[in-house]
Amino acid sequence: MDIDLSQFSQVFFEESIEGLAIMESELLKLDVAAPDPETINTIFRAAHSIKGGSATFGFMQVANYTHLLETLLDEIRDGRRQMQPDHVDMLLLSVDLLRGMFEALMSQAEFNDPKLSELELRLNHTLSNQPSQTQSVSSPQALSGSDSKALCWQIDFKAGADIMRCGNDPMLMFAELASKGTLTTELLPVSLPSWDDFDPEACYLHWRLRLTTDEPLEKLKEVFEWVEDECEISYQQMEAVPSADAPTEMLSPSPQAEIDAPAAAPEVIALAPEVQTLSTDKAAASQKQNAVAAKSGESSSIRVSTEKIDMLINMVGELVITQAMLGQIGQQDEINQESLLLLQQGLEQLASHTRDLQESVMQIRMLPISFAFNRFPRLVRDIGQQLGKKVELILKGEDTELDKTVLEKIVDPMVHLVRNSLDHGLESPELRLAQGKSETGTIMLNAYHQGGCIIIEIVDDGAGLNTRKILEKARQKGIVGPDEELSEEAIHQLIFKPGFSTADAVSDLSGRGVGMDVVKRNIHELNGSIELKSEAGKGSRFTIRLPLTLAILDGQLIRIGKHIYVVPLVSIYESLQVPTNRINRLSDGHELIRLRDEYLPVIKMYREFNHDADAREIKDGLVMVVDHNNEKTGLLVDELLAQQQVVIKSLEENYTRIPGISGATILGDGTVALIIDVAGLVKLAGIGSSNEHAA
Amino acid sequence: MADISIEQVKQGNQQYLSFIMANEEYGVDILSVQEIRGWEPTTVLPNAPDYVKGVINLRGTIVPIIDLRQKFGIKTLEYGATTVVIVVKVTMDETQKVIGIVVDAVSDVFSIEEEEIRQAPDFGHGTDLRFIKGLANVQDKMVILLEINRLLGSAILPDPETLNRIIGNLEQQAQVMTA
Repeated sequence: MDIDLSQFSQVFFEESIEGLAIMESELLKLDVAAPDPETINTIFRAAHSIKGGSATFGFMQVANYTHLLETLLDEIRDGRRQMQPDHVDMLLLSVDLLRGMFEALMSQAEFNDPKLSELELRLNHTLSNQPSQTQSVSSPQALSGSDSKALCWQIDFKAGADIMRCGNDPMLMFAELASKGTLTTELLPVSLPSWDDFDPEACYLHWRLRLTTDEPLEKLKEVFEWVEDECEISYQQMEAVPSADAPTEMLSPSPQAEIDAPAAAPEVIALAPEVQTLSTDKAAASQKQNAVAAKSGESSSIRVSTEKIDMLINMVGELVITQAMLGQIGQQDEINQESLLLLQQGLEQLASHTRDLQESVMQIRMLPISFAFNRFPRLVRDIGQQLGKKVELILKGEDTELDKTVLEKIVDPMVHLVRNSLDHGLESPELRLAQGKSETGTIMLNAYHQGGCIIIEIVDDGAGLNTRKILEKARQKGIVGPDEELSEEAIHQLIFKPGFSTADAVSDLSGRGVGMDVVKRNIHELNGSIELKSEAGKGSRFTIRLPLTLAILDGQLIRIGKHIYVVPLVSIYESLQVPTNRINRLSDGHELIRLRDEYLPVIKMYREFNHDADAREIKDGLVMVVDHNNEKTGLLVDELLAQQQVVIKSLEENYTRIPGISGATILGDGTVALIIDVAGLVKLAGIGSSNEHAA
Repeated sequence: MADISIEQVKQGNQQYLSFIMANEEYGVDILSVQEIRGWEPTTVLPNAPDYVKGVINLRGTIVPIIDLRQKFGIKTLEYGATTVVIVVKVTMDETQKVIGIVVDAVSDVFSIEEEEIRQAPDFGHGTDLRFIKGLANVQDKMVILLEINRLLGSAILPDPETLNRIIGNLEQQAQVMTA
């Protein structure tokens, strides 16, 4: 009977967090005036399974809380209660709280958010059918008197000896009771049989439970429905203050009568917080037990569709067949023309299967971008409300898949961009109307694949960038000279400079230090890029281009002396031989090349890396033009070799970070090649970021 | 050294792999040794210290190779047929790393009881010698037992000159011990 449930808790956490996400998105979809019954059903089901699971696992805090939600939703579902905007708010806040509870459970921490008790009171308040206009109830006192139906029951529960054998666990029943109100349990002295007669699988225990609840007696009896034949159970209604010595009084067996009889309610309520602490302590203790397993597996697991697994299994099957075929050829005594042909065929098959296998394995790490998109409806709703703006959010390409690691890291930059669009981009409804636009602004998130990359667009139809203001600010900060004239596009690029914010006032949402430069850097760290197009009065469009995965990279192999390096293909613009007449030497020894109408600094890689090289002068070698934060830099290399996909390996795992190197890979011949970190190399070479020399 | 087998706890002794470097015999705890390989060309790391010879591909893992002679500041020797790379697992900053060390040749595996290990003499230079676990006499030879985690784990090594002197002193010590 003793199953260690903690081994399943990780799965439960994942499912619950998914459930919360479903609740959230469905709540946001919900039209309060005319709620779709199916939507409410979906929300109810999610809450219900979270409640059921958490009770099973002994996470009573979650179970008790979700029970309240479930009750509310149940009433709405059955049409007993009219849906109100306040309900949606409460439910959304509850989703946040529950998320917090799960995070606490996973990290084995205590969950004490003062919002919990506040919201719990609000929910209780709503449930007790009081008019829900009084929005927030901040103190428990405010509630006293309202919850007049609460009764205190004393339940004597003498478990039948066989109860455990039949698969009934009193603990679960008590947990169910605890979810109906505040429960205290007391184990009454029992006489155990002598050692010889003792049956370890039998239950000899006798409890006295005290429950303060506003549920009718039938509901309490339902809990014990399955065991009432085997156990001795008696129900007594108690005085308001339950104490062990308080005189008790047997009730007549007609429950309906008592339910309407109000008990001395104020005292019951006043007592509730105290009892509550007791039950939370209990919950905290069981949290600790169960979180042990959760800690290790935090976010390191992945849920994969069985379809993908099936594909892998098929592929491995094919591989085994090919291997058998090759093995057969290998056993032949002599190799003739015919077997050679077979061998070649086999090897081709092997190559193709290996490629497919690699693709399928990568597929496992791929998740739809909806995992990232899902948080935005809520974000847009909340911020829109806060700013008094009307916003419609359009999500497109939610099924587009990308690697889990990329997905996790792209969320923060996206949140920042969307907030920016809401805060700076979209105008207030009045202003929009005055400008002849529709009152409601739109923000569109769009994701799609394009040639081995994923493109994420964040488009708004707001005011667009205020070029005049940006230029003014840049002049103020000395980023742009007082007389320097910049093209519109160049001005737009300025917002990616550190410490640049065009918000008039530092608002609650943006403009507090974290700027677009951080967004850009984060995207660069993912080997991606960001572009911006903006038109005054029409809106802005940010385009993020990311590699599909961080584990594999399209690389250009280059040679410096006898050393081979890999340069990420995404950061390469072009490679060229530079004639002497286009090379300029500065007084500080740095050399520049003229490329069309630009002057670019050149990094001599052999010098930075302390290597030997064939080409020591720019004219003798090749210059590879690379992009670093939209600034072009030339790298002097000896030779370009092949382009190929490389699997990225960590250098830091066994060594340390090396400036200018982002990692290593293994080439076809088994040797190691290092991957160049363009940003790091530019930094290593000491080339400042202010190297625009617009001709 | 968390993972000591039961037998060793019972016997109170540990096994050491000894290797030769500049006519000196050193020992490392055999439990930290992952494998022994021949010398193979490495991929040179830019701007790395001299003693870091580069990295190799060890079945898909990138493993740095360190020349112990250079780390100790001893004159380098052309790598030859007996040159070996001892791949060791060391714990640095609470993470386990795999590192290869280049030595002249491997010598022997022997057991030493804990009480047989003598403290390395204090040379009075105020030098941190915690990377030397102690000295042991094996078949009339002196073996310098190394604390490999400390040796590779941090920059506690004294400068090559001091180190050279210490090793010279240890050699004298050995002559005293074997005499």
